Amino acid sequence: MLSPVRLPLLVLALSLPSLGLRAAADLQSSLDAIRAVGPEGRGNVEASAALKTLVAQQAAELPAILKAMNGAGPLAENWLRAAADTLAKKHAKALPLEALEKFLRDTSNSPAARVLCYDLLLGAQPKRAAALADSLLEDPSSELRRHPVGKLLEQGNADLAAGRKEQALTAFSQAMQSARDEDQVKELAKKLKELGKPVDLAKHFGFVRQWKLIAPFSNVERRGFDTVYPPETEIRTDAQYDGKTGKIAWKDHQSSDEYGQIDFNKPFGMIKEVVGYAYTEFDAPEALEAQIRLGCKNGWKIWLNGKLIFARDEYHRGAKLDQYKLPVKLQKGRNTLLVKCCQNEQTETWTVEWQFQLRICDATGTALALAK
Amino acid sequence: MLRPLLVLCTLLSSLAQADDWLQFRGPNGGGVSHEAKAPGPKLEVGWSAELPGRGLSSPIVVDGRVYVTASSGPEQANLHVLCFEATSGKPLWERVLRATGRTMAHNKTSVAAPTPCSDGKLIYALYSSNDCFAFDLDGQLVWLRGLTLDYPNASNSLGMSSSPVVIAETLVVQAENDSQSLALGLDTANGVNRWKLERPKAANWTSATVFANSVALQSSEGLTGIEARSGKVLWKYGDGASTIPSSAVTQDAIYVPSNGITALRPDQGAVSQLWRANGLRPGTGSPLALGDSLFVLNGAGVLVKASLQNGDEAWKLRLKGPFSASPVAAGPYLYITSERGDFQVIDSRAKEGEVVHSVALKDTVLCSAAISNAAVFVRSDKKLWMLR
Repeated sequence: MLSPVRLPLLVLALSLPSLGLRAAADLQSSLDAIRAVGPEGRGNVEASAALKTLVAQQAAELPAILKAMNGAGPLAENWLRAAADTLAKKHAKALPLEALEKFLRDTSNSPAARVLCYDLLLGAQPKRAAALADSLLEDPSSELRRHPVGKLLEQGNADLAAGRKEQALTAFSQAMQSARDEDQVKELAKKLKELGKPVDLAKHFGFVRQWKLIAPFSNVERRGFDTVYPPETEIRTDAQYDGKTGKIAWKDHQSSDEYGQIDFNKPFGMIKEVVGYAYTEFDAPEALEAQIRLGCKNGWKIWLNGKLIFARDEYHRGAKLDQYKLPVKLQKGRNTLLVKCCQNEQTETWTVEWQFQLRICDATGTALALAK
Repeated sequence: MLRPLLVLCTLLSSLAQADDWLQFRGPNGGGVSHEAKAPGPKLEVGWSAELPGRGLSSPIVVDGRVYVTASSGPEQANLHVLCFEATSGKPLWERVLRATGRTMAHNKTSVAAPTPCSDGKLIYALYSSNDCFAFDLDGQLVWLRGLTLDYPNASNSLGMSSSPVVIAETLVVQAENDSQSLALGLDTANGVNRWKLERPKAANWTSATVFANSVALQSSEGLTGIEARSGKVLWKYGDGASTIPSSAVTQDAIYVPSNGITALRPDQGAVSQLWRANGLRPGTGSPLALGDSLFVLNGAGVLVKASLQNGDEAWKLRLKGPFSASPVAAGPYLYITSERGDFQVIDSRAKEGEVVHSVALKDTVLCSAAISNAAVFVRSDKKLWMLR
């Protein structure tokens, strides 16, 4: 016979496992709801409700929230980022640091989740995060690499200031091997050049510099952008076509620019209202996920293996390295790339450029060195 | 019939939120504070707070709190929303999400270029990357959109800066550019499209103004009045307009940077031209209608006072420029900060206009001020400032 005092305790004890199971189910269904968000606001209502559940969790659930970023789309990543950030701030003094560090060290977790994890550690214990940075030099995340590369840069600068040229050279060279972001690469390349060790930037970034070019086709009134000229339907590099001003044919082009600019003005002159094409082939040892990264201030289209990847009809608003990051799947063996580059009618001095730069790399920006 | 209704709507709106500054250039996007207690001329720095990144977005003020956006990181992919206590500058919360669209922008501008807006319930933060976030006033994410994921060519490689406005439970967002040029009405409850309009294919950095419960969208083609909730086009003016300075607005008319300044009165689906002054040419900043005058800051840093009735010029006053900001006003005073951080107070009543006070903030300022509860809030590259 249980006393009236013991009865509620027993009920509580019996219900604890089911409460725990329910909490775990709530957590999982909330993470699932967030991962299900889609285009044009789809799933926002469910995600908003799920976020409330997530931010009511204990700090110990932070790794589970981070883990849900694995394989999530960029919108779901932002929802999960908001949840993790809110939860971490709420429990700033009770973060599961060991579990977070373990999560960070596991490179099978997504780069986005690990970057957030590192930021949480950095906010909680800057010294602990700084100590971890040394292990991130070859990290799959280019963003995480920035920390150790930055440290090596500082170290090299200190060595230089102290007259230790060889040590500086070692630090800068090591940093250069790991650097993926343009700002760090540029700074390191400058240092190394000053120390007599110039860097092959085209190779480092993986710019494709060997193409066949054909031009000019007409782009009067910008109509050439949508006009299907022969290179879009057949690649016959020995063919001649009717161009804007007469017969035109493919010609070999090798860029010597260290940033891989393919400048149509060089072989064809500074002409306006024209379309040019660039074509190249390369081999991949196996089918693989890659990125084609393009910088271009002209109208452009790109085809990989005959399939249009993206097209953009913006002219002369600026260009930069990796302006467009296009995820692609390369096929094993021979791959073909065709770039259409359109020049418009503007006559201002800043509208002279008729060019593009293109590189093939993995998602971290590491050159794949497949094409010349 | 329309005019009394207009006056009533504006009055109710201003009574309900007298101290708030809810969007780019405040009430209706007009740049003029309606609160009874104006900041006055002799302002000094009350507080300043460090910011984690640059931004051309202006602060907004909601219920005693100041909200501002910023972007940081090597590619400006970190998108910040920050909240401060208005009286003290105490940081209350910060959220950092990531850009899902392109972050390329001219060096002078920033991914955090559009000013956030609020309906008093949520904060709507838009960025040049086309990311749009709705937070509650305490920093909890309510919904988000990544418009570049939905509309992959809706971007400008120089950066976009059109600030959103919120009206009739609809957030009006412009993503206007040379390629995929759009305006959207998003349901404030969940971020889902109420409507989507094709817009002129041309880069556009102007922001919408609110006129008679309609939203006036400016572009190189002119000015279009939209019913916020449906996206229905109510009226159109098609004689071209600037793509940088936005329009000034009063209860009676819109003063659009078009062939100089053109004063328009939309009514019953049509638009009447009241007057045109070719000589009034705003620079980057937008014109301001205050009392019976229109103030236009030209590209040379000269402030021109003109008649709101006919555009006739009254005086010109050279300020300490250069300027990217638009002037804002409370009572008889205009407030503007130069790109070099010279905060200036102009007495609009003075016979030839007069700079009656200035404060050197010693940092780059490229955006417009907010006015609330007798204080002026200015955002520089590195800090948020409160002057009172």
